[in-house]
Amino acid sequence: MSDIEQSRKALLRRVLDGDGRASSLERRSAFDNSGLVGPLCELVDKVASNARSVGEEDFRRARQSGLSEDQIFELVVCAAIGQATRQYDAARAALEAARRN
Amino acid sequence: MRLQILDSGHSFGTKALFALIRTASRQPVLDVIKLVKYRSDFYGKPMSKVTQEAMRGPSSWSVGDRELMAAFVAKTNQCEFCIKAHSAVADLAYSGEKNVAELLCDPSIAGIGEPLRATLHMIGKLTREHAVDADDMRTVLAAGASIQQIEDALSICFSFNVIGRLADSFDFSVPSPDAFLAGAKYLLARGYR
Repeated sequence: MSDIEQSRKALLRRVLDGDGRASSLERRSAFDNSGLVGPLCELVDKVASNARSVGEEDFRRARQSGLSEDQIFELVVCAAIGQATRQYDAARAALEAARRN
Repeated sequence: MRLQILDSGHSFGTKALFALIRTASRQPVLDVIKLVKYRSDFYGKPMSKVTQEAMRGPSSWSVGDRELMAAFVAKTNQCEFCIKAHSAVADLAYSGEKNVAELLCDPSIAGIGEPLRATLHMIGKLTREHAVDADDMRTVLAAGASIQQIEDALSICFSFNVIGRLADSFDFSVPSPDAFLAGAKYLLARGYR
């Protein structure tokens, strides 16, 4: 495995399985953009699908739902890394398919 | 910044570092620096390692080519902070030999080789549509890019699809051209460590 692949996997392990203010389950859900409800679901989906559409109101509603700033920080980071990972994995699979045929 | 902790929640030592940066550069500390320095063990340090290897590690793409790819991902995501930041680094890295602003608007124009042009189109599609298929990859291979070059480009695409999302989500402020130039000189000299 290349150095960068090891580093990328270390990043994923850290944000998903390491210590955090949000639970591991919440971080995994934000990473997967799946299984969340309420304001956090909307914020995470915007980060993943169209980050330019994220606004002050999304953060205000996430705070009002009881999340701390540190928890929001972690969950937004996980959402961004999750979406980039899905794109990366899809592209690697396409490259492998092109290489085989 | 939409989270107060990212503006002012840093440790005393990090705040002292920011004061030093402001004094030495005579520019404000960029929001991307504030982000990577906040609880850096969670995101900043492991992400910087990934980005450093993608942007400055071994690759047959030049540093200018890689910064152009970063700027192109940012352009596709319409992330103003990242477009300006990485256009500035690409301009410096290419030493004016390529018109980065024109290439970002239309990579089909003259000035770059076919492997880079096809790679830009592929990572643009991946960023815009969140997926590419085997035919897209065959097109890049037929243009002369190697498997390794494509893998290297995908790593760059990964990094800047993370960073661009965070820049827009946390609402990075867009500073003056002088601040971007100072940041570009630092990134060219020191990389992303």
